[in-house]
Amino acid sequence: MSNIKYILGSFGDPDEMMHGIEKLQENNIKIHDVYTPMPIHGIEAKLGIKRSRLDILAFFCGITGTVSAFALIYLTSVVDWRNNIGGKPSFALPDFIPIMFELTILFTAFGLVGSYYASTHLFPGRAPRVMDLRATDDRFIIAVDAQENAEHSKIDGLLKEAGAIEVKHNERKYISYE
Amino acid sequence: MSGHNESILREPLITGTHITYAKITNDILLPVENKPNRAWWIGFIAALCGATLWVVAVSYTFWFGIGSWGLNKTVGWAWDITGFVWWVGIGHAGTLISAVLLLFRQNWRNSINRSAEAMTIFAVICAATYVVSHMGRPWLAYWVLPLPNQFGSLWVNFNSPLVWDMFAISTYFSVSLLFWYTGLLPDIATIRDRATGLRRRIYSIFSFGWNGNVKTWQRFETVSLILAGISTPLVLSVHTIVSMDFATSVIPGWHTTIFPPYFVAGAIFSGFAMVLTLLLVARKVLGLENYITMFHIESMNKIIILTGSIVGVAYITEFFIAWYSGSEYEAYAFINRSTGPYWWAYWMMMTCNVISPQLLWFKKIRLSIPATWILSIVVNIGMWFERFVIIVTSLHRDYLPSSWAMFYPTWVDVSVFVGSIGVFFTLFLLFLRVLPSIAIAEVKLLLKTSSEQAKLAQIKEGHLDKVHVKEYVESLEKFDSVKQEEYAKI
Repeated sequence: MSNIKYILGSFGDPDEMMHGIEKLQENNIKIHDVYTPMPIHGIEAKLGIKRSRLDILAFFCGITGTVSAFALIYLTSVVDWRNNIGGKPSFALPDFIPIMFELTILFTAFGLVGSYYASTHLFPGRAPRVMDLRATDDRFIIAVDAQENAEHSKIDGLLKEAGAIEVKHNERKYISYE
Repeated sequence: MSGHNESILREPLITGTHITYAKITNDILLPVENKPNRAWWIGFIAALCGATLWVVAVSYTFWFGIGSWGLNKTVGWAWDITGFVWWVGIGHAGTLISAVLLLFRQNWRNSINRSAEAMTIFAVICAATYVVSHMGRPWLAYWVLPLPNQFGSLWVNFNSPLVWDMFAISTYFSVSLLFWYTGLLPDIATIRDRATGLRRRIYSIFSFGWNGNVKTWQRFETVSLILAGISTPLVLSVHTIVSMDFATSVIPGWHTTIFPPYFVAGAIFSGFAMVLTLLLVARKVLGLENYITMFHIESMNKIIILTGSIVGVAYITEFFIAWYSGSEYEAYAFINRSTGPYWWAYWMMMTCNVISPQLLWFKKIRLSIPATWILSIVVNIGMWFERFVIIVTSLHRDYLPSSWAMFYPTWVDVSVFVGSIGVFFTLFLLFLRVLPSIAIAEVKLLLKTSSEQAKLAQIKEGHLDKVHVKEYVESLEKFDSVKQEEYAKI
């Protein structure tokens, strides 16, 4: 067994990379992941990535914000300490709406971005798990697990055929660790 | 994604004929990865002088109190709130570009959203400093938060627009910051992977470990879309609530229902003007002509005509209603604005906001960089006067003629305002040095579909309607970054 961990197909063009994904899949070669410098539309369907549920979560965060704002204002200015302002009613719902709206947005944004960072493991200072340094610049990288897929030369051939500029055999999974 | 071609009838969003993904990265990161040039240093030193003036003036205010400003018992609000509303308004264009134009799938936003949103954040910081310095006792600034007053049981008045404003501005600032920073992650990762040593370590911390895999990108797009969806009503609500600071009072000249849409239109108007002021210089100095093209400039100018005209209609409506309502106090407030002791401020506002932007109907002016730049500054002067007119002229002659007064700014008022511009430019110039001024990943998305070279390849392939090609080539004439000779033979 060689000690190659990952085979990387490095493409200069997103369409050729998509072609590479198709080629590998036709040959039942499982793709570990794909790294690109920009979002590629249609790739998630090919790689069988499920639709994100972040939108549902965002909705519930928003509702929490609305309810929290209402509860805060209601409990303070209607229950806890009623103010007589020109004899007007304390429970003045229209006046509550601006703050309820703002807190809906605030909770949605923080809940959404917070769960996005948590679910994709993004946080300040996290060691970047990068397989190829040019994946954030001008290369589109397909990574194949070399231990699971034994036919290395076949994979190389398929990637080259699809238009890969270079094919790398990495002995370390992530090259970014110093 | 790029299996199909974009129509030739659309103008290109990236010009130049030898653009590659690598070149986009190199071009945009040029100011970040190299030592700053002389133009940057001159600008930065000037801005820093302004920022120092701001520190002096605000410290003076804190030390001696609000009495160091020109306020009197009749005009209790003047340059400070004018400056606050002016800066918040300027901030609105950034959110409009990044959120509203994203929802409308306007791809030209991709190359201007980053710097416009940075501008939003810095403008809101400038606005917030006015609020804090007007508090008189800024160390008690936390009293605006809904805490039991004096930590007893009396709470803030939730019916007050000033409390709403606190919620609106702080939500706006933090949501804009999240939106901006999340968008920056892939670009910070790009800088990180090209850097070495300490730089790499620093950018590594701020890149949050971004590696651009499929799932992260897919989620990224969902998050961007939802944030755009919630930022759109947010940006409208912020200036609406700012306008309610005035509209819910009973002062003639403030007490009108058209304030919210009128303020929002004015905010977008002044914000786009500020974007142009900044980007026309930045594109030249940083050499970004291929990404921020004449098409972008023309589009922004069109938005300025539209919003400027809305503002004009609002001014006229206000005046008409002052007469039509039959309220003599309202009518007097407006007659006094236009012919009273502050007539010059009123007509300054009218000229700069309603009359001069109409010049942009002429294509020649819309496409002239010097003319656009001057007009963008004129618009911002006009918008400052708009807030000054609304605030000071409505207050200075109240119901009791014996208390009528004029407002004269002191050196502290002037220095806080001039200084805040210095603070803004200091932050913006630092931003240009350490972060990419254009969203690299988003511009790369356009390369295969909306670039000049992709369209040129389409033309060379043939199969296109001759009339369309002719129209396209004619539309390229306005671009200063397109080599016209390439098209002479087609």
